[in-house]
Amino acid sequence: MTALLELEGLTKAYPGVVANDDVSFAIARGGVHALLGENGAGKSTLVKTIYGLVKPDRGRMRLDGYPFAPTEPREARAAGVAMVFQHFSLFDALSVAENVALGMETPPPIRDLARRIRAVSEEYGLPLDPARRVGDLSAGERQRVEIVRCLLQEPRLLIMDEPTSVLTPQEVGILFATLRQLSAQGTSILYISHKLEEIRALCDAATILRGGRVVGGCDPRETSAAELAERMVGAKLSAPKAGGGAPGDTLLRVEALSLPPLSQFGMPLREVSFELRAGEVLGIGGVAGNGQDELLAALSGERLATPGSVVFEGADVSRLGPVARRRAGLLTGPEERLGHAAAPDMTLTENAALTGAARKGMLRRGFLDWGRARDFADEVIARFDVRTPGAGVAARSLSGGNLQKFVIGREVLQEPRVLVVNQPTWGVDAAAAGAIRQALLDLAAGGAGVIVVSQDLDELLEISDRFAALNAGRLGTPVPTAELTMERVGLMLGGAHDMEATHA
Amino acid sequence: MDLSAISPTLLVASLMVAATPILLAALGEMVVEKAGVLNLGVEGMMIMGAVTGFVAAIETGSPWAGFLAAAIGGAAMALLFGLLTQVLLSNQVATGLALTLFGLGLSALIGQGYVGIKATSLGRIDLGALSDLPFVGRVVFGHDPIVYLSLLLVLGVWAFLRFTRAGLILRAVGESHDAAHALGYHVRRVRMLAIAFGGACAGLGGAYLSLVRVPQWTEGMTAGAGWIALAIVVFASWRAERVLVGAYLFGGITVLQLNLQTAGARVPVELLSAAPYLVTILVLVLISVRAGRGGAAPADLARPFHAST
Amino acid sequence: MIRLERRPTPSRAWGAASPLLAVALTMMAGGLMFAALGKDPVEALRTIFWDPVMGEFAWYFRAQLLVKAAPLVLIAAGLAIGFRAGIWNIGAEGQYIVGAIAGAAAGLAFHPSESVLIFPLMVVCGALGGFLWAMIPAVLKVTLGTNEILVSLMLVYVADNLLASAAVGWLRNPEAVGFPGSRNLAQWEASANPELIAGTGMHWGVVAAVIAVIFAHVLMTRHLMGFHIRLAGQAPRAARFAGVAPARLVLFCLGLSGLLAGLAGLFEVTGPAGQISIDFASGYGFTAIIVAFLGRLNPLGIVAAGLLMAVTYVGGDNAAANLGIPGAAISAFQGMLLFFLLAVDVLSNFRVRVGRGALA
Repeated sequence: MTALLELEGLTKAYPGVVANDDVSFAIARGGVHALLGENGAGKSTLVKTIYGLVKPDRGRMRLDGYPFAPTEPREARAAGVAMVFQHFSLFDALSVAENVALGMETPPPIRDLARRIRAVSEEYGLPLDPARRVGDLSAGERQRVEIVRCLLQEPRLLIMDEPTSVLTPQEVGILFATLRQLSAQGTSILYISHKLEEIRALCDAATILRGGRVVGGCDPRETSAAELAERMVGAKLSAPKAGGGAPGDTLLRVEALSLPPLSQFGMPLREVSFELRAGEVLGIGGVAGNGQDELLAALSGERLATPGSVVFEGADVSRLGPVARRRAGLLTGPEERLGHAAAPDMTLTENAALTGAARKGMLRRGFLDWGRARDFADEVIARFDVRTPGAGVAARSLSGGNLQKFVIGREVLQEPRVLVVNQPTWGVDAAAAGAIRQALLDLAAGGAGVIVVSQDLDELLEISDRFAALNAGRLGTPVPTAELTMERVGLMLGGAHDMEATHA
Repeated sequence: MDLSAISPTLLVASLMVAATPILLAALGEMVVEKAGVLNLGVEGMMIMGAVTGFVAAIETGSPWAGFLAAAIGGAAMALLFGLLTQVLLSNQVATGLALTLFGLGLSALIGQGYVGIKATSLGRIDLGALSDLPFVGRVVFGHDPIVYLSLLLVLGVWAFLRFTRAGLILRAVGESHDAAHALGYHVRRVRMLAIAFGGACAGLGGAYLSLVRVPQWTEGMTAGAGWIALAIVVFASWRAERVLVGAYLFGGITVLQLNLQTAGARVPVELLSAAPYLVTILVLVLISVRAGRGGAAPADLARPFHAST
Repeated sequence: MIRLERRPTPSRAWGAASPLLAVALTMMAGGLMFAALGKDPVEALRTIFWDPVMGEFAWYFRAQLLVKAAPLVLIAAGLAIGFRAGIWNIGAEGQYIVGAIAGAAAGLAFHPSESVLIFPLMVVCGALGGFLWAMIPAVLKVTLGTNEILVSLMLVYVADNLLASAAVGWLRNPEAVGFPGSRNLAQWEASANPELIAGTGMHWGVVAAVIAVIFAHVLMTRHLMGFHIRLAGQAPRAARFAGVAPARLVLFCLGLSGLLAGLAGLFEVTGPAGQISIDFASGYGFTAIIVAFLGRLNPLGIVAAGLLMAVTYVGGDNAAANLGIPGAAISAFQGMLLFFLLAVDVLSNFRVRVGRGALA
């Protein structure tokens, strides 16, 4: 096989960080090439360079042997490079056909385009209605829009950036079949991921990035997952230990909780019921957009529920706001760090007061004691090893992992009776993720109840005592994690609740 | 009160005249908002259009030169707003307010030598026999060219947003600038162009006030028309054809109110003069009841865009 | 090529320096504007900015400064609190007018009584008038989600017409045949808001402005409500997560700013203006928006900004009388100041880099 795309010494620096440092490798014609690395390893910058969104400081690329230096995505597309993005490339209010048209150089009239969309989606087994509004589609369908958009341009190189993070295991299977079909037809695929098993199943070559540098290449079919992981992370990880111990009294009971969606394109909650006991970790899995944000809002008190649907330590809290719930000991940590869990432009001291004011005695007749807020911020920084020059800096100046440690630490150190967190380790480096998971386990071991909502199945299976899946706003019956297989989890995520019922 | 003094023919004909400034301004602002930018400086751009148009028309003797100057004047003001909000990333609400305050002051300064002069009339388009038809002749065929231009513009904007690729890109930019950027569209350039178009339209609307409707220059003569245009965009749920309906509805209320005043209705004059503003509030209330929150607004309206990578 | 690079933490130094830079830039641009009008720019700037404070007749002008600054500061202090929360009351002019009418009407109802209770009653009614006028957009916003910017602004024009009807109709002085306008409140002892210390321009409005600034400062820096207001403006989702009720914030911010604007109107109509007349509305409600931003939405900054703006008013009158510079030039000048301020504000959040990225 000859190389389709060759990269030579690509280097790109941003203030304070070298995102890509002398990166070189080649992608074979018709090959499925994995680009493997942790969050922050420089994968995104590299693909943006290939797609013409980022201009490298040094280095060059050759496509088909000819120099290739796209200055904008249009040029890259014209040269036959297409990309399926991880986030941010669809327009909710526009139709499928309009979204596809926006990704093409010279789209045909909408009616012809609709016909071609149908043809391509049938050919590759990706059913799609061109007239539907993208905002009404599921995550899997949205991804199909992106893939079809790329396929219509008959690309020579298809870049997939973390394509499976929003898919159920079954949907992943469909995607892989499509990709194999493409590869057999001669299209090269650059597959970006940090999920090792996927890469071993799909790819025929791999390049591993760490800290912006290439740390090696290999044939993933012949390399063990453990070896890949070690090269990707660079150090042995300390896996969190399960808390163990028998669960205690029921702390939180949610009964037939139903809520309309948060936004036009949100997901309603439908009759969600579960119980959480002292000392246990309940894992709630599910593909993004299946009601996670809504569930969090209903538990935090940001949205009020019907009376009797949220009962905390025997008291009905469903009509109480966030402040009252916090006072009672029900704490939450939302997914979005910047702008939701923390105010980006405010100092860490102010962000400490954001949720800690009541439980940490910072309030006196409506007035805030900033001295105590600062002490609390310092305590969080010290106990959770938050790397920052001090509590006086703005939250957005912290790296993702450090800010996450801060916002989780802020809740954990308030000694909650129940803590609910959504995506606690999303976009966080491995070391920080380990620390956060350990803190959650310690909290449960100390007698609190913990709910972890996450899309990372490995994480959930690792730390939770029981597991339940959220699908289309419905929550399945929680099942002890020890009894689970990956296949069963996949079925649960897909919404096969009946099976659980017969099983239980 | 003598209601017979109100002629329905004249009422409808003058309704179209009264509505045209607001129609032009609202149409321009709608395009701007479709691109995801909230320019609250419509009032300032209108009044600048009114004064530059008036001054140019007096100095050259040609009302057409006046309209051209007004479009340029409005666009220049808009680009000032664009420079601040798109390049220097200032707050759009504050900058729009600044534009209005600045426009009101600067226009008074420019126009101080022109108070009390009468502008040359634009003249109606004479379509011969057609214009002599009863009612229809006066209402449909008896207007000045700008009225027809404004109607053509409604049609043009509607078709542009619906059928053209450039229109699709503009809507995409307003819907999600991050996605548009990722696909390689020039968010800032698209927005700047939309902002300039909106300014030119507002300028034309202002000049229509000072050259046709009034027709002379007085300080602060827009009297909130720019703000009403903003309200009409909301009323129209960001659709060109509904902007037309909204503007004509509003024009109707203005004209009716003036007619009632001259007919000596037994309603306090002040209440009648306040009527357009009260009706605008009422309309805003009614749309909020209907649409709930958000509704059809472009998703990235008034959000600042800064390409970080 | 010039690029903007986001600072990890907003620069405090630039935050403080940018108003000064904006003033300097405005003076330069204003100088050019005066030159374009055929006036000597140095002479004009000296007349506007120097003479009122340090010139030969400064003893007279300085009193005027407080008279002009008081309503501006009073209104701006309230507006700034709302602006911090992302609640845009731009109808302060209307609330100012209605406050004046409500207060004046309450007082005139007891004419010609000489009771000492009349002035306090007028103050209460003035505040209440402004408060209720601002409650219209506030209640519509919290119950129906109606845009408060447009409603509060529309209500300015309604208030204008209300003022006209009061001046020529129901509040007209019955003893002044043919002239529009109410009785003179400043000359009626029970309702007058006199100069408290002769020659200083100090009247009850100044006292109220000082109290309002101190109140706003404590609220914003020490009180939970102030923290919630800042939070809601900077990160609305985080604010809801913290437990802020947006509706309460809207009612509080609009209500407070309306109340302060109403007070400003009341102190104006009983003092410097003296009566309800058709031209009572002087644009303080709009200029206060500039003052609020120029003061960086900070109560203490607003005092400085209000005084500066008062200088441009007094100096502008002075320049109009002595140099024939039109009054409109001053409004343009004030608008320009806000523009420059917004433009240089970019420096506190971004670093400006010239040329391509120097890092390799």
